[in-house]
Amino acid sequence: MSVFDKVIAARLARGIVTQPIEYEKRGAELKDLIAAKFSRSFFIREVDTGSCGACESEIIAATNPLYDLQRYGVSFVASPRHADALLVTGPVSKNMVLALKKTYDAMPEPKLVISAGDCALNGGVFKGSYYIAGGVNAVLPVTLHIPGCPPTPLTLVKALISFLR
Amino acid sequence: MEKLLFELTRLGIVPVKLTNENEVYLEVSPVDFKPACLALHKLLRSTVMLMFAEDRRSSEGTFTIRAGFIGTKPRQWYFVEQKVPGPVFGSIAKDIYSANLFEREIKEMFGLEPEGNPDCRRLRLHDEVWPGGYPLRKDFESAVPGPIGNYPFMPVEGEGVFELPVGPVHAGIIGPGHFRFSVAGEPIINLESRLGFTHRGVEKMFEGRDAASAAKLSECVAGDAAFSHSLACCRGVERACGITVPPRGEYLRGIFLELERLYNHVADVGTIALDVGFSFPAAEASVIKENLQALNGELTGSRFLKHVNLPGGVSRDLDQASVKKLLAQTAVAARDFRRLREILYSSVSFLDRVETTGALSKKLAEDLGVIGLAGRASGVKLDLREVFPGVYDGLKVVSREKGDVLARLEVRLDEFEESVRQIERLAARLPEGAVAGDEPLVGSGRALGWAESWRGPVLYWLRFTDGKLARAKIVDPSFHNWIGLNLAALDNIVPDFPVCNKSFNLSYAGNDL
Ligand code: SF4
Repeated sequence: MSVFDKVIAARLARGIVTQPIEYEKRGAELKDLIAAKFSRSFFIREVDTGSCGACESEIIAATNPLYDLQRYGVSFVASPRHADALLVTGPVSKNMVLALKKTYDAMPEPKLVISAGDCALNGGVFKGSYYIAGGVNAVLPVTLHIPGCPPTPLTLVKALISFLR
Repeated sequence: MEKLLFELTRLGIVPVKLTNENEVYLEVSPVDFKPACLALHKLLRSTVMLMFAEDRRSSEGTFTIRAGFIGTKPRQWYFVEQKVPGPVFGSIAKDIYSANLFEREIKEMFGLEPEGNPDCRRLRLHDEVWPGGYPLRKDFESAVPGPIGNYPFMPVEGEGVFELPVGPVHAGIIGPGHFRFSVAGEPIINLESRLGFTHRGVEKMFEGRDAASAAKLSECVAGDAAFSHSLACCRGVERACGITVPPRGEYLRGIFLELERLYNHVADVGTIALDVGFSFPAAEASVIKENLQALNGELTGSRFLKHVNLPGGVSRDLDQASVKKLLAQTAVAARDFRRLREILYSSVSFLDRVETTGALSKKLAEDLGVIGLAGRASGVKLDLREVFPGVYDGLKVVSREKGDVLARLEVRLDEFEESVRQIERLAARLPEGAVAGDEPLVGSGRALGWAESWRGPVLYWLRFTDGKLARAKIVDPSFHNWIGLNLAALDNIVPDFPVCNKSFNLSYAGNDL
């Protein structure tokens, strides 16, 4: 047995690969919706406009083999030109206003903006700072906000599911 | 200490000495500042660990500038301080490179010019959006109106040389930063990074806060090091006010600090593999990381260990069942991690990609002032857990000599195992008693708080006046180490840059503040 097979065998024996995940059922619904409305794939471009890093870390976690957001047809893409939605984290620092706008402008229509994390709502703990332009909605029209500091992967996945339903 | 004072007297410097426990402040005149710093730098073999200004014009009529060094024997922090009436102060950066960024920071935040430093470009207040105004001055209200500038990059010219600008928005889910590669053919001949995109005005946000709310804010400075930042902040508060943390609180802090190291180290091991296209171990690593963060969530209510630290101790206790769970889960993680290690070493092509890639020599690391994990991978052995052991006993400081991607990977691999060992040891000896002391009475005082985060030393220098923060200086190891990445990437091909970058994995937020 190669070391790869050993790892998989050990995981299967412990059952960790298939931890029970509570959004399973709704996920199936989401998959159907994405199939119908977005031709099977919903592409997201993520932009950090001044976050502490924890919000992104949780978004990445939503793509790990346990939550595996991709299996419903949701993917994070490298270019805004491929994206249906823009997901923004962090308060918007003055230095990021232009980059955020340019990223949005580069996206094809129709497009939507999702903000995640308390900072993205209104600046969060950094509200009122001399270098914060505001929440994401001070710069772009936000359709969905996902609260939390940071929102957990489960919150993210659930919020996306109920939003797209 | 005697040797140091002798050396200073020999230079004709008679410092005014003030002390906290483990902290010595040497007040000197502006002309003596540079020779005193040089003497400390040489005698202690220490880089400038932090350097910052304070606006003391309302009480003393001047600014104060301090440079901090660390001594490993005796185990002390040394600060050289001078009073500067403004608008200039003498630069030390030509002799001690690690002071360079700090001087530029003082210039942009306080408007004090480091005389003799040729590079005074702004770090965080971007010329394109900030006409002027010095945010950390006490009389600062808002940016002053005026013309908008442009940031000058260092031009590299020659036949066949071209520039490759990347960022601030990158292809992955990652913080924003701008990298300007100058390339001739494939190899990188110059790399300049421009950061500051996530500048939120953190240090100013601390001013006027009380101890508890400062501790809360510190958790949002750099999210993946939320526990280390709050630990350093709380220690600063405790030391400034003379509060002792009960032993059980100290042990629990030790355990949580190592838990933070575990989930971050395993995440980095995964992303290093992913960046050379080796996705199986990356997936495996992300599962281990998820399990560890879920454990953090179960033990403390936060996957990032937030809301655990408070001035005077910790807010969460671990009962026997939790300790049992902690030990069981870390044992599982350790076993998974050993397999992960095996997978990585079983691939010759993986090793081929990481060996000799992105090498930073010991000499360069020392000269630049690269510290923490990246420093130890290049043979710079500083670890605050060893210098100020506290609850740690027999800590194995992990280091390598080569300073390449593999070395940084191996430091993580070994440190992971050492952390598991420390957690087991701390849990086995967990003393009985309270986890936090009484609500601290905060008056006036100043002190340095520190923690050896998974990236390296996190420092919080705090001054309280009547229970409120008058100045908070924060240093994340990323601030020292970004320059190390710039130099490590030289002579490598552009496609190897991502993996060099991941092997350092520096914080944008911690650097930009
Ligand atoms: S919401 Fe919280 S986790 Fe997210 S960027 Fe802000 S401080 Fe960090």
